[in-house]
Amino acid sequence: MEAIVVDQIYKKFGKPAEPFWKRILKGAHANGNGNSGAAVQKNGNGNGAAPKPSVTVAVDHVTFTVQQGEIFGVLGPNGGGKSTLIRLISTLLLPDEGKISVMGYDVVRQPMRVQERINRVSVEASFFKKLSPMENLLYGARLYGLDARETRKQVVEILTRLGLEKRAIFSPMEEMSRGMQQKVAIARALLSRPQLLLLDEPTTGLDPRSKREVQAIVRELREQHGTTILLTTHDMSEADTLCDRIAIMNSGKVIALDTPQGLKALIPPKDSVETTLEDVFLELTGKKLVNPEEEADV
Amino acid sequence: MAALSMQLRASYAFMERNFNLIKRYWTWELVWLVYSVSDSLAVSFIGLGMGVLSGGGAAAPNINTGYLVLYLLIGTLVWRFLSQIFFWITDLINIERWEGTIEYTLMAPIHRITHMAGQTFFAVIYSLVFTGVILGVTALVFKIDLSESNLAGALVVMLSGSFSFIGVGIMSSSLPLLFPERGAQMSNVFIALLLLISGVYYPVSVLPGVLRKLAVISPATYVLEGVRKALLDGTPTIELWKNIWPVLLMGLALIPAGLWVFDIAERYAKRSGKLHRNG
Ligand SMILES: Nc1ncnc2c1ncn2[C@@H]1O[C@H](COP(=O)(O)OP(=O)(O)OP(=O)(O)O)[C@@H](O)[C@H]1O
Ligand SMILES: [Mg+2]
Repeated sequence: MEAIVVDQIYKKFGKPAEPFWKRILKGAHANGNGNSGAAVQKNGNGNGAAPKPSVTVAVDHVTFTVQQGEIFGVLGPNGGGKSTLIRLISTLLLPDEGKISVMGYDVVRQPMRVQERINRVSVEASFFKKLSPMENLLYGARLYGLDARETRKQVVEILTRLGLEKRAIFSPMEEMSRGMQQKVAIARALLSRPQLLLLDEPTTGLDPRSKREVQAIVRELREQHGTTILLTTHDMSEADTLCDRIAIMNSGKVIALDTPQGLKALIPPKDSVETTLEDVFLELTGKKLVNPEEEADV
Repeated sequence: MAALSMQLRASYAFMERNFNLIKRYWTWELVWLVYSVSDSLAVSFIGLGMGVLSGGGAAAPNINTGYLVLYLLIGTLVWRFLSQIFFWITDLINIERWEGTIEYTLMAPIHRITHMAGQTFFAVIYSLVFTGVILGVTALVFKIDLSESNLAGALVVMLSGSFSFIGVGIMSSSLPLLFPERGAQMSNVFIALLLLISGVYYPVSVLPGVLRKLAVISPATYVLEGVRKALLDGTPTIELWKNIWPVLLMGLALIPAGLWVFDIAERYAKRSGKLHRNG
């Protein structure tokens, strides 16, 4: 069964031509204009007195499916649209066009059903800085209706496994390094036992040992609980070893989607040195782009 | 049933979190308390000052400074209570924007009303305790005699009035969703306007025409009048009904209106990408 179905999703950002209160008066459903231009930066059509809308297309008609229990990687350059895609899946952004369903539930029409089944780790560890990891995680766990006593036990368990000292669990977050905070963020996502885990650069800022620990946890989740994982990373070898399939996004479009092996087969080895995923990334997202049409429809 | 108990448990998350925050920021709470106590005292001293300024009662023999002090003190206490509730609820989104946790709270499987209920319940308890402490300190300073007062009636009026402030609070809590940079400050405007028109430190009858008409639509006007009747004249609770039903009615309209406005703001924020600060 499919865990995620992303169907022709389109999302743009930018100043709307009208202020929000005018759009509210016209009704809350101010939809995208259905304009499927491929350009990333679009400038207004110079429509008289209206302020010039400067639009960024963050996700441009993206389509793919992820199977349950799959570890699915999304790679791409900065600003490629990866985080936006994750926010769309996690009900934090509403799409302009297209449909997304998670475990068979539509993210726009049945957001609660989706929210119960997912959790997310973002690049920036987001916490109440004066509160301790324990207090922060207890807050997070209660939002998912979890039992407090059970949660307290698990917090200590998960965080010590990730290499956090017991003392740190009860001191304010602001006293912790970035990597330590990232571990607490990962623990927060694990506590609610999501069926789908969205990991936006979960290992950025972690030391090599912690990185491996996180990767081991990701594998374990899939093996023991059948958790589906969608992750973005800028670490090519991590993507290579961890992911079953990888999509490469550039300027909001999926320009390639295949297994790590399949992607590497796209680029012929140079001087009989084996192609790495990094070669593929640089080649596909570089200026001399391979014909996008060929790669997009996988 | 299971869903309801889950939502109740989730709403406790906000109470516990706020309590933990207060614990961690206790020095700030203390400073705020000292500020509020001295503010209440300063305003109440105006009552005594009036007596001296009028030549010890010679120029204006009708001035009863004891009555004046209590009149002003009630104004500061009721106002502290209502505005405190308002500010806690208004902070609903802003505090999490500031800390960066807003996306995690908004992607949790809870109804927005669960979210609001937790924050609101905490706001009311906090404001009651906070105002109670100020009352205790000021009562010591001014040796107030409340033996003839209807304390229970005053409490009923204040709690009834809190509903409309909850509604207005919910409405203005959505401002940071619409205006990420300045939204939080804008809610101060609400409170300043209400302070002006509600007769906190003076009877609304001294206001000029337009402002006096506006006083009728401010819930605080009814609360202040009711509490003063209860504490100054010892009016029995039954007769305070005249001050209670208008604020209950306003609450009945303002809370759903607040939720409706919030829902629109939340959808706007999710459509335009205003939830998170850094792209
Ligand atoms: N809330 C927002 N408001 C306006 N523009 C946004 C917003 N979020 C993202 N964008 C824009 O959308 C594009 C895609 O951004 P996104 O964060 O999805 O990229 P990314 O692939 O996650 O990049 P990175 O690797 O740097 O994390 C960028 O041009 C970004 O400026
Ligand atoms: Mg990103």
